[in-house]
Amino acid sequence: MSASVKDKTIKGETGDWEIVIGMEVHAQVLSESKLFSGASTRFGADPNSQVSFIDAGFPGMLPVINEKCVEQAVRTGLGLKAQINLNSIFDRKNYFYPDLPQGYQISQYKNPIVGEGEVLIDLKDGETIRVGIERLHLEQDAGKSLHDQHPDNSYVDLNRSGIALMEIVTRPHMRSSEEAAAFLKKLRAIVRYLGTCDGNMDEGSMRADVNVSVCKVGGYEEFRRTGSFRTLGTRCEIKNVNSMRFIAQAVEYEARRQVELIEGGGTVVQETRLFDAKAGETRSMRSKEEAHDYRYFPDPDLLPLELDPAWVEEIRKSLPELPDEKKARLMKLGLSAYDASVLVGERETADYFEAMLAAGAEAKAAANWLNNEYFGRLNRTGLSITDGPVSPKANADIIAMVAEGLISGKIAKDVLDIEWNERTGNPRAAIVEARGMKQVTDTGAIDAAIEAVIAANPDKVEEVKAKPKLAAWFVGQVMRQTGGKANPAAVNAALKVRLNLPDEG
Amino acid sequence: MSVDKDTVRRIARLARIAVPETRLEPLAAELNGIFQWVEMLGEVDVEGVPAMTSVVAQKLKWRMDEVTDGGKADDLMINAPEGEDHFFIVPKVVE
Amino acid sequence: MSDPTKPTSLASMTLAEARDALRAKKISSKELTGAFVSAIQAARPLNAFITEAGEQALAMADASDRRIARGEAGALEGLPLAIKDLFCTKGVRTTAASRILGNFVPPYESTVTQNLWDAGAVMLGKTNLDEFAMGSSNETSFFGPVFNPWRASNSNANLVPGGSSGGSAAAVAADLCLAATGTDTGGSIRQPAAVTGRVGMKPTYGRCSRFGIVAFASSLDQAGPMTKTVKDAAIMLKTMAGVDRKDSTSVDLPVPDYEKLMEGSVKGLRVGIPREYRIDGAPAEIDALWSKGAEWLKAQGAEIVDVSLPHTKYALPTYYIVAPAEASSNLARYDGVRFGHRAEGPHDVVDLYERSRGEGFGAEVQRRVLIGTYVLSAGYYDAYYARAQKLRTLIARDFTEAFEKCDVLLTPATPGPAFAVGSKTADPVQMYLNDVFTVTVNLAGLPGISVPAGLTANGLPLGLQLIGKAFDEGTLLRAARAVEEAADFQHSPARWWSA
Ligand SMILES: [Mg+2]
Ligand SMILES: [Zn+2]
Repeated sequence: MSASVKDKTIKGETGDWEIVIGMEVHAQVLSESKLFSGASTRFGADPNSQVSFIDAGFPGMLPVINEKCVEQAVRTGLGLKAQINLNSIFDRKNYFYPDLPQGYQISQYKNPIVGEGEVLIDLKDGETIRVGIERLHLEQDAGKSLHDQHPDNSYVDLNRSGIALMEIVTRPHMRSSEEAAAFLKKLRAIVRYLGTCDGNMDEGSMRADVNVSVCKVGGYEEFRRTGSFRTLGTRCEIKNVNSMRFIAQAVEYEARRQVELIEGGGTVVQETRLFDAKAGETRSMRSKEEAHDYRYFPDPDLLPLELDPAWVEEIRKSLPELPDEKKARLMKLGLSAYDASVLVGERETADYFEAMLAAGAEAKAAANWLNNEYFGRLNRTGLSITDGPVSPKANADIIAMVAEGLISGKIAKDVLDIEWNERTGNPRAAIVEARGMKQVTDTGAIDAAIEAVIAANPDKVEEVKAKPKLAAWFVGQVMRQTGGKANPAAVNAALKVRLNLPDEG
Repeated sequence: MSVDKDTVRRIARLARIAVPETRLEPLAAELNGIFQWVEMLGEVDVEGVPAMTSVVAQKLKWRMDEVTDGGKADDLMINAPEGEDHFFIVPKVVE
Repeated sequence: MSDPTKPTSLASMTLAEARDALRAKKISSKELTGAFVSAIQAARPLNAFITEAGEQALAMADASDRRIARGEAGALEGLPLAIKDLFCTKGVRTTAASRILGNFVPPYESTVTQNLWDAGAVMLGKTNLDEFAMGSSNETSFFGPVFNPWRASNSNANLVPGGSSGGSAAAVAADLCLAATGTDTGGSIRQPAAVTGRVGMKPTYGRCSRFGIVAFASSLDQAGPMTKTVKDAAIMLKTMAGVDRKDSTSVDLPVPDYEKLMEGSVKGLRVGIPREYRIDGAPAEIDALWSKGAEWLKAQGAEIVDVSLPHTKYALPTYYIVAPAEASSNLARYDGVRFGHRAEGPHDVVDLYERSRGEGFGAEVQRRVLIGTYVLSAGYYDAYYARAQKLRTLIARDFTEAFEKCDVLLTPATPGPAFAVGSKTADPVQMYLNDVFTVTVNLAGLPGISVPAGLTANGLPLGLQLIGKAFDEGTLLRAARAVEEAADFQHSPARWWSA
């Protein structure tokens, strides 16, 4: 057993357990109007103001498909390296619920528009795993019931009713809360690169149903080998988990619940559960369990959806560079796998990085600078990369000045701080010159500083002669002496001469 | 296949139609009469026959992605048995 | 009116005659409409209308007269029509003859009726029907049965007008309108037209838009005209038909001038006689009429061909799976939330649904929704619904093969004449058999027309059905016209209702 598998196990009283996770993600298609009606999809409108009689299930109303939604599904399928089905069928999924006005949801059941595909996810330890995509299908969203407006009544708003969703179903190929969260993050990045979904989880544009089961160690390997679900445990579906953080929490809680249940002599029942974010636990949703008989049949108001292969090819040709390809390209520029995957993780981040390269920054220095300095500042202030105050050009200029030996790394941080606060857009001219921060390369000043440090620390001089690696301590002291303005390379060179150190020191 | 009282109760529940207990038995009898008659379809060999998906040869019409509808909350509500502030109202749904 | 037992000359005009008279300014639409408004009021015992729209009709007629005066007349300018109450009409109550729609007033218009109004037609009112078009006798309406204007000689028994477009059929037969719209899912236009002595046509599936028509079974429903003559059917269809971007299954083909296509001889036309339509126990009168129809066409130069439609006997049971399955889903939207009947004081949502639907749907609708729910439910889908859809393929193939040997088919329209109210309500299967000759056409999506062809020994009308190739309504109308001319059906019912 590899070390990474071992990390994913849960210790129970009767032995070790493995977690197995599959996901169904509902991603709202980016389109102006709904899947089968001309009403708007804009978020946050007044109740029932973006509803056509079709969306409200009025008598005699008929669905007509939005070509953009079909195109977006195909585009997403291509981005998932999936098979595009040139013939697919819309079915009706029949059930009664106040936010489902027709009494059925138009969805795709036996013949979805997209078949098998895959998503590669990078884990923190450098491992890359492949999560199989079983299918992607188009379907209508339901409306919204508000339960807290009145003690006895629920209020129904159909603005969401009929908005196009892509339901993306994975294979049970994830094995830890980390992997589940990483998958969703990657999927979100892909649809955002593609421009097929805005990935806005707060507004419900992306919701995940997470299927969790546990099995004894080895059961999962057996499943992967045979394809038989026999060696996997019974799964529970946790509905509508709407943040990355909650996914990890929900999986952890649910897996432990199942292990404790089984070890306590119980059995897991296949059911739908709800994640209660406040309590940090999952709860059975018995109301949804009753009468699970959806009576699917092809929607007679719609004919089969046929795609022209040439049209699909056109979409394929128009695909943007996706995270995996971008990552590979960045690695060719000298970035580590980890740095590259951090940069491509969000489309905006990647765009920002690419803008720095376009402004002349060297790839590796730019990546280090962003990862070590700029992202930290953004995180601390809670700003997104698009809202951050420093332009890609300004950041590129700062690291260029370091590369040119114009300023030290330490001064560069000060310059970033100033740029952060003052947004001059031109750190090179405006800040460095104006504030006298230009790096000291004047050897006279450096030599004077070195002499002062030696005079104050005679014992250290002996030590460094025995252990040349300690020269770094001297460099630091000299830098401090010069107020950080000294050029570290010049300091190093001067110290070597003064202390008579070997070159490799 | 034969439809009994419990089956009628189950499908009535699925169809969300309140059927009085006294009607279950007679309904089962009626449905059985119909299903017995329908049984004759079992005689036909349908092996390899595709199910009909469209009655006449034609292609699905697509529409452009444009906002052409909506903004009619008042019209939506005029027939509503119960509504308030442009919301439809139902007895409280518990989840 | 001068003599209420005789049809007024205005009301007994055909659509074509009235059109020509209006164009020639011999009559005004207001005059014509007024005559029908009075006739409708006098004919209330027939219960043909659910909603009379007399005032609105007169206003529309006024507007038509003004347009005619300005020389802006549309194809149906000023012509008063009756509309089956399954078509949504903006601002006019639409019930589908169901309690569950209550006082539903659509804020929109169906495409077919909009086409009629755009052509200048006048709406007299909304006609009665079987609840949600589910029936063959117009006895399942929440608003009570419609009575056939025809009675058997020497009998005062009330007869059914056929169904589900029974109100439209009765209105056309009793001269309460020039023509009417109907919808046909399993025979609901052709069968009532036949038993009321009028013409009823179901066009090819996709010919007329279904937008705004209360759905019964989406893959079978098709709107069509109910008229006094074949020529009137051609005129009506021309305006009703056409592609509609609001209906994904409406077909993008040009609508030809049916009135022109209808003219001309049937010389050389190959007329198929499907042998499987000769059923055991059918009245001899039906068979005799059918043979007569073939002779009439032969006498006009048509060639009579024997053809086979081997899966005919499976059509009706296939229909009674497919139609209820689709209906069970189509009728799920009637839940008491956004429109229509809502049960009093529901204690939760399920109770709201179950009681609203239990109270709102009549017995036949409930029966079919339950059948449909059952045949789609887990474990039964393949045995019923999937098998039925495969049978549909076989039934459609039968027609394709038959049409290699002929251009149209000639069959009886119904297994018998109008029957007495209440005589077949006890046994659903017996009732369903009324559609035995018409239902195959819906399953295959083909056009069919029923033409009055004769009277039974006791004076009740019988019709013959012609079936055409998909989208070949022109040839179908031409053949129908030939039968109509040969039959020369000049009978009308005695006006017992306004006596
Ligand atoms: Mg799902
Ligand atoms: Zn879904």
